[in-house]
Amino acid sequence: MEDKLYVGVSPHIHSRESVSRVMWAVCVALIPSGLAGVFIFGLPALKVTLISIVSCVFTEALIQKSRGKKITAGDGSAVLTGILLAYNLSSSVPFWIPLIGGVFAIAVCKQAFGGLGANIFNPALAARAFLLASWPKQMTGFVKPFSLDAISSATPLAVLKEQSAKSLSDLGLSYWDLFFGRRGGCLGEVCVIALLLGAVYLLWKGYIWPQAPVGLILSLGFLSWVFSPRGFFKGDFLFSILSGGLILGAFFMATDYVTTPLTKKGQLVFGLGCGLIAFVIRRFGGYPEGVSYSILMMNAAVPLIDRWVRPKRYGNKVES
Amino acid sequence: MKRLIKEFTKGIIVENPTFGLVLGLCPTLAISISVRNALGMGLAATFVLVCSNVIISLVRKVIPDQIRIPCFIVIIATFVTIVEMLMKAYFPALNVSLGIFVPLIVVNCIVLGRAEAFACKSPVLPSLFDGLGMGIGFTLALVIIASIREVLGAGKFLGFHLIKGFEPIRVMVLAPGALLTLGLLIGLVNYWHIRKKTNKEIKKAGCDGCR
Repeated sequence: MEDKLYVGVSPHIHSRESVSRVMWAVCVALIPSGLAGVFIFGLPALKVTLISIVSCVFTEALIQKSRGKKITAGDGSAVLTGILLAYNLSSSVPFWIPLIGGVFAIAVCKQAFGGLGANIFNPALAARAFLLASWPKQMTGFVKPFSLDAISSATPLAVLKEQSAKSLSDLGLSYWDLFFGRRGGCLGEVCVIALLLGAVYLLWKGYIWPQAPVGLILSLGFLSWVFSPRGFFKGDFLFSILSGGLILGAFFMATDYVTTPLTKKGQLVFGLGCGLIAFVIRRFGGYPEGVSYSILMMNAAVPLIDRWVRPKRYGNKVES
Repeated sequence: MKRLIKEFTKGIIVENPTFGLVLGLCPTLAISISVRNALGMGLAATFVLVCSNVIISLVRKVIPDQIRIPCFIVIIATFVTIVEMLMKAYFPALNVSLGIFVPLIVVNCIVLGRAEAFACKSPVLPSLFDGLGMGIGFTLALVIIASIREVLGAGKFLGFHLIKGFEPIRVMVLAPGALLTLGLLIGLVNYWHIRKKTNKEIKKAGCDGCR
């Protein structure tokens, strides 16, 4: 009976939004990109995604049961972590990579901190960093798109990093190829148009704000354009934003509710910081792609940003 | 006799230097890559702890209070130098793999902490047992962390390969693996302590405790 009586402060308008609804909406927004991944890389992509989701949900339920807590594995957040983790993997990974990744993401990065809402780092990205540091060989074997036998190919960013190609046309790719996903890469990051479709849906529903993604994309593109290896203002703006995991990271990970700042201004700072770090890693670091690490590093800075951009209290002149 | 046993056992479980007091983390994180390193480091630190505790306890009444820390450091450094020379002579391979962390035992906060918190206020025998308990507790903690990291991160135990076809989780022998293992173990130990405490309280309070 007590559960049925809501006695809250005004206003008494009840919105039907809940954590679960938002989580499932983000999952739905990610479906087009997954379909594109399966279309481009074949059934292994589907297998990796399913294993990752099952592993995340099962781990969440198991830990909540063992701790005697309410089991909330069906609220969509574990499914979302599973999808995001899988989209960050190559479709050619052996079956145990998404399995271990899912367990690590939920058990260590989420439940060890206290479950949904208490984790500092994005679980899917932290699990990806863990997997990449542990099994670099399996994690960086990317499959050529639309090939039935698994021919490995490097991602466009990796080729450019090794300086074996000078520009996009040397790779035999056009901007449209990048836009539609005809390139090597992680299974959920390649098809930009499918990702944008999901992102537009989320923006339209108001589930995410544009500040963090726009800040991240524009700052990374701008910095890549200005400070290119070929000289000042000679970089390739479009290539730098269409390649790698930038679009996936910007719209679906830099907008995660738990691990990003609370205010719009804070989100903008978060996005700009991510862009700067991602650029530094891409340009000077050892890895070809740095978006995932940049988001993880900025996750650690979120409490600081939140304190810095704290909104002024209405009516107060000076905020102490 | 009872007191001696108490001083000895507290360092192993309740006040374990790594999991309870969270002291001496620098060598713990750095050298727990292999069980062999952990054993070497733990035993070296135990030797220094026991000897420095005994000597400091013996001279505790003649050390002026104002300069006690420099005095402790000199005494500790003496024994660390002895350990380092012995290790160089008899276990050169271990000395190479422990590297800078052998001379760094001088500033290990477990050794200095026990000198300051216990040995300079207590008689010789309790100090000896305190040092021994703390040393063994430190060694145990190091060996536990190192076993987890070596088995998962290299697929080996004490240098022997364990399972064929096992792809080791390489990150466990890198720096993040040390922090992950230590953090999760401390969490586990705290969880265990809290549960034991609340169980005791429930028992003590009986049925009235829940009202």
